[in-house]
Amino acid sequence: MKKKVLWRLLLISITVVLAVVFFLPNTPVFQHMPEWWKKNMPGKGIVLGLDLQGGLHLVFEVEGDKAVEITTDRYASQLRELFVKKNITTDVSVSGLTITVSPSSAETKKLIADNFPIFSATESGNSTAYKILSREAQRIKDNAADQALETIRNRIDQFGVAEPTIHRQGENEIVVQLPGIRDPKRAIDLIGKTAQLEFRIVDDEAKVAAELPQSIGPGEEELLLREFAGKIPEDTEILFEKKVNTETGIVRKLPILLKKQASLTGDLLSDAKVNIDTRFSEPYVSLSFNAAGAKLFEETTGANVKKRLAIILDNTVYSAPVIQEKITGGNAQITGSFTMEEAKDLSIVLKAGALPAPLKMLQNVTVGPSLGRDSIEAGKLAAIIGTIAVVIFMIFYYRLSGVIADFALLLNIILLLGAMASLNATLTLPGIAGIILAIGMAVDSNVLMFERIRDELRAGKTPRAAVDSGYDKAFWTIFDSHVTTLITAAVLFQFGTGPIKGFAVTLSLGVSINLFTALIGTKSIFDVINSRRELKKLSI
Amino acid sequence: MIELIKNTNINFMGKRKIAFVVSGILAVIGIIAIVQIATGRANLGIDFAGGTAIQLKFDKPVVLHDVRITLENGGMKDFDLQDLPTENKILIRVKKTEQELGQVSDIITNILSQKFPENTYVVDSTTVIGPKVGSRLRADAAKAVAMAVIGILIYVAFRFQFKFGVGATVATFHDVLAVLGMFYLMGKEINLILITALLTIAGYSLTDTVVVFDRIRENLRQRQRESVEAVMNISINEVLSRTIVTSLTVLLTSISLFFFGGEVLHDFSLAMIMGVIVGTFSSVFVASPIVLLWGGKRPFAKK
Repeated sequence: MKKKVLWRLLLISITVVLAVVFFLPNTPVFQHMPEWWKKNMPGKGIVLGLDLQGGLHLVFEVEGDKAVEITTDRYASQLRELFVKKNITTDVSVSGLTITVSPSSAETKKLIADNFPIFSATESGNSTAYKILSREAQRIKDNAADQALETIRNRIDQFGVAEPTIHRQGENEIVVQLPGIRDPKRAIDLIGKTAQLEFRIVDDEAKVAAELPQSIGPGEEELLLREFAGKIPEDTEILFEKKVNTETGIVRKLPILLKKQASLTGDLLSDAKVNIDTRFSEPYVSLSFNAAGAKLFEETTGANVKKRLAIILDNTVYSAPVIQEKITGGNAQITGSFTMEEAKDLSIVLKAGALPAPLKMLQNVTVGPSLGRDSIEAGKLAAIIGTIAVVIFMIFYYRLSGVIADFALLLNIILLLGAMASLNATLTLPGIAGIILAIGMAVDSNVLMFERIRDELRAGKTPRAAVDSGYDKAFWTIFDSHVTTLITAAVLFQFGTGPIKGFAVTLSLGVSINLFTALIGTKSIFDVINSRRELKKLSI
Repeated sequence: MIELIKNTNINFMGKRKIAFVVSGILAVIGIIAIVQIATGRANLGIDFAGGTAIQLKFDKPVVLHDVRITLENGGMKDFDLQDLPTENKILIRVKKTEQELGQVSDIITNILSQKFPENTYVVDSTTVIGPKVGSRLRADAAKAVAMAVIGILIYVAFRFQFKFGVGATVATFHDVLAVLGMFYLMGKEINLILITALLTIAGYSLTDTVVVFDRIRENLRQRQRESVEAVMNISINEVLSRTIVTSLTVLLTSISLFFFGGEVLHDFSLAMIMGVIVGTFSSVFVASPIVLLWGGKRPFAKK
């Protein structure tokens, strides 16, 4: 045997061994491997895409403008406090992204310019409008996206999902992938909750409070708000408490008139836990405030005895108990007719903190575990049947050479799976399409060579010469067809997204491996056969 | 030696006029399909159009008509229903929606749970795509395909000649258009899986064309005295057995996928089966005649 052939055989053997090692984690055999192997050898293999495994793929948009609005609101309160402290009587009003100070004077202007350099001012008459500088607004949006990412990560960590993927995409989008999740709705609720917790005093003293209806049906909120828009005091607003009749399941909403200004907010929490009410054995969420929060809670409750304190999460009132006495110690609780799961999720979002801005869902692809499993089983079956059909056809058509082609096909599949496993590539349905095309091309390479060899044999060459010149002639054809496909695959990988990218990954890997097996693998086998003795006849 | 095709001598080039008519019709249908897609009148999948799709698997068989009535009475508007009766599955698609994203599927499952309490179901899959994402996916797919075509054109032009590059590109486009057109005519959904199938077809068709071109180039060098038309005919005849054997093997796999690959791969494999047939046709009847038309009758390949 020639040395060159030996080297090639060695190269093939090494790649096959590597491929098997990398692919091992995807086989049941891996479970039975010794400990040292599991510890030191690659253990992840090919990852199944959500379309095959089942799970959740979510894309959210962080509403950055809302974050800027919230910040603007906060600055407005700081301004009011500042003016009170300096004994300046002026009106500070907020509308969207604009703070209007009216009347404004040289003193207010100087104060704002000194303390809030991030504002741009526009004067009109005796009032001045302030807006956050666009550069600063951009920073706020960017921060909001970062914070939202962090908060979501915290929530999911506490929720407990194996191998979640959470990352930012573009300027303000967050992609969340949760493989194998069983209760998608619960997960979406958990992630999407802004979790803006507020404690606010209920304004039962205002005359209009008595005019509010006892309860309304779902969908009637808008109407009610419009009706009362002009009637309620300026520093109050109407929010709703949801009441579910446990027997009939009918949902009613209770309008409540509240102070706009929050007495306390969720950022003063130090912990949130689920507890069980011993009397009704209903779960509730108990909160503990940090030192500053506890002090504020004590002051608030002390100053508002006999009034109601509403606990509000994302603009929905959870409960509004009457304050019986000053509450010290910094503990509070949220009751409501929670299920155990709801209470647990609520404690998670409260502990992980509020989102800096609301999220808007852009995309939600959920694949149930059964569909994923069905797809995989069906895909496997089809692949096996298809491969067997091709294998039989090749042997039938090309005889012994067909066996060599089938060996090359097998080699291709092993190397491709190994290569994917070594990259921890994600296998998706379009990825399977890429594999099919690659395998089709692998078979084609052999067909091309065999047809060439047949041509040469017809022209009267000896088997060895026919194989050699057949290979030489087929080489460039195979090379060209593979390189053009590789170009397509590379471009699709670069510019494509989602499924197209999955297709491109397997196709480019498959095509590169084909080139290797077609031009090195099969040729070596023919060389081995030919090296023993000069064949009289080639089975092709 | 088993041979399906033995020393054929078919005058492929002579039949190019008939072939052009067939191809022309296929391509025009494809172009109509593209226009319909661009203007939103085709059966766009929700990954491109945006909206909500939800697939349910019931315990017991369900009557599609009952589901439709139930949903309509429940206040759902503008939805499509499709069923897989053998598996008790139902696919509900809501394209345009004034409701907030994500709520549509809740509303649907609520309505159905109340009306069919005795027939429980599991949610097989839910897909919700916002209009912004839909148009972005569409733009991304179009961009990727356009760049890939440019890449092919450059490589083939570099390895062969520019007119070969054009021939290969046109033939590839022809196949993609033909399959897209047929899917449009059949009222099948145009979605990302179909785009993947079209790309697979493009890859296959391109390989086929490059193989034919390779032989033409080789023969042009050896048979300088013969006309280009004759050389092309000889070349296509020479590679004919390879073309047919390869097409058969790809067909075998595609047919296996069609019958055993499950619902998700069903349309994909149907597209592949069509694509293999059209691709084989175009590498013989479209790619080379275009090069011939462009290059005239003089021997031009000197590479």
